[in-house]
Amino acid sequence: MNTVTNRQVICDVLMAASEKDKDIVVACSDSRGSTSLGKFAERFPDRFVELGIAEQNLVSVSAGLAACGKKVFAASPASFLSTRSYEQVKVDVAYSGTNVKLIGISGGISYGALGMTHHSCQDIAAFCALPDMRVYVPSDRFQTKKLMEALLKDQKPAYVRVSRAASEDVYKEEMDFSLNRACVIKEGRDVEIIACGDMVAYAVQAAKLLENDGIQAGVTDMYCLKPLDRAAVRNAANRAKLIVTVEEHSAFGGLGSMVSQAVAEEGLAKVINIALPDAHLISGTAGEVFKAYGMDAEGIANKIKAVLSNEI
Amino acid sequence: MNGTDLNKKALKLRKDIIEMVYRSGAGHVGGDLSVIDILTTLYYQIMNVAPDKKDDPGRDRFLLSKGHCADALYCVLGDKGYFNEEEAIETFSRFGSKYIGHPNTDVAGVEINSGSLGHGISVGVGMALAAKMDHRDYRIYVVCGDGEMEEGSNYEGMMAAGHYHLDNLCVTVDVNGLQISGATKDVMCSDDLAKKFEDFGFNVIEVTDGNDCGQLLAAYEAAKAYQGRPSAVIAHTIKGKGISFMENTASWHHGVMTKEQYRKAIKELEAVKI
Repeated sequence: MNTVTNRQVICDVLMAASEKDKDIVVACSDSRGSTSLGKFAERFPDRFVELGIAEQNLVSVSAGLAACGKKVFAASPASFLSTRSYEQVKVDVAYSGTNVKLIGISGGISYGALGMTHHSCQDIAAFCALPDMRVYVPSDRFQTKKLMEALLKDQKPAYVRVSRAASEDVYKEEMDFSLNRACVIKEGRDVEIIACGDMVAYAVQAAKLLENDGIQAGVTDMYCLKPLDRAAVRNAANRAKLIVTVEEHSAFGGLGSMVSQAVAEEGLAKVINIALPDAHLISGTAGEVFKAYGMDAEGIANKIKAVLSNEI
Repeated sequence: MNGTDLNKKALKLRKDIIEMVYRSGAGHVGGDLSVIDILTTLYYQIMNVAPDKKDDPGRDRFLLSKGHCADALYCVLGDKGYFNEEEAIETFSRFGSKYIGHPNTDVAGVEINSGSLGHGISVGVGMALAAKMDHRDYRIYVVCGDGEMEEGSNYEGMMAAGHYHLDNLCVTVDVNGLQISGATKDVMCSDDLAKKFEDFGFNVIEVTDGNDCGQLLAAYEAAKAYQGRPSAVIAHTIKGKGISFMENTASWHHGVMTKEQYRKAIKELEAVKI
């Protein structure tokens, strides 16, 4: 079982790139530990900016650094980065087009037992609604590495959300990756599951469970929420008449909403959304919470079987 | 330019502002007229900026945090030759114009988009840190309004500016004492701004007449010479300065002139002798 977190991978990628590129700057809000960027701060103290517990300032300062030529990676818990500093992201990053990559760590319900204050279940919706903002939720350490390496090459704003715990491996180290192109893990016939983040590993397991029942389920990893890979959605809808989206996010404005919009425009398939409920969430580890809400592999498989059996 | 030359320039720019806001029926004329002497002093004497250096990495940076006074900034940038000023005056706030009601980077010379209050100091901190990292000597000038200082985000920025001893950052507060709902002191007590800046580690310079370019010039020269801490220039100004019926009147925050008022305003400005 993988023990390397996506946070650690992000730090490793940034450290490797910073050996050659002196314009890379990391900014944190008393979050160097939780973001696993302490090593970066030690190796490059002159390119690490500590802003204290002040997420609004973190984002605006990052924008100012970027406006003067720096390639800024602003890292903070996704819950605070996405909503407390939303105004600063909207104006100073997205609207001003500054080269700030926002790294939201411990996204979704990573901090399950800490309560709603520490959950980020609306960050995808919030950031996708901002013009010129890109939104990525990678599924494992290998995809996170490829994504970060790709983002280092451009000068545009982006938001990357990763979990706190190590994500299960979905890919091998030398995976095929193309920025803004979804990764089709398996093609299906009866149902296509489209997921992002840690939900991808659950979707792969669910597809295996379904196979035992004779149901051919495909899995597409839509790590690129914006720009959404609409061609991949279309292809999935052409393969199966049922699409099931799975996301660690509210059902409003996230992956499910955007896939539903894309499919509805062409009337190709039925779409079912599996997401966190519109409620104050039950406390527990991420695994316990997913199980409670039917979002683990079994829950996903059961939901699909129920939908398919109702259609026959 | 000396103080007198700058005051003459500011008088010309006041007329341009009146033209712009009258023709468009938009803008924030009260604040434009309180801040114009600050902008004039910075752009025509203090800052190392010019149209042919607008992309020069070594240029000074200016951030209009009180972005609703974009009208005044456009008049300055146009007059300095960043673009055709007449075009800006004619199309300000009109359909499809880039000269919209708040500064945006489609307009030559504008460094970053602003308009949502309480962002400029923090963005300026980022710019000042970048200059320090690159061992460059450019300076960052941020202009805020006194009403704007009610936004809590300012204090996060001030805290960081003091913490990092950003002596290449100069924040001006245009203290005209009025905001859209009335007197700033009545809307929300934010008095003794000087003490607030001092407490966050700023070198504070008070300017008793912030509509006098001579006084502003001395303040900015002192700020430039000060080392080890960021500077704050607290400039006491008059909202609507220069137009008798606008001065110290909150309703002129974004008031629109009638034809008669426009003529009177221009007449008053033409009668001024400097």
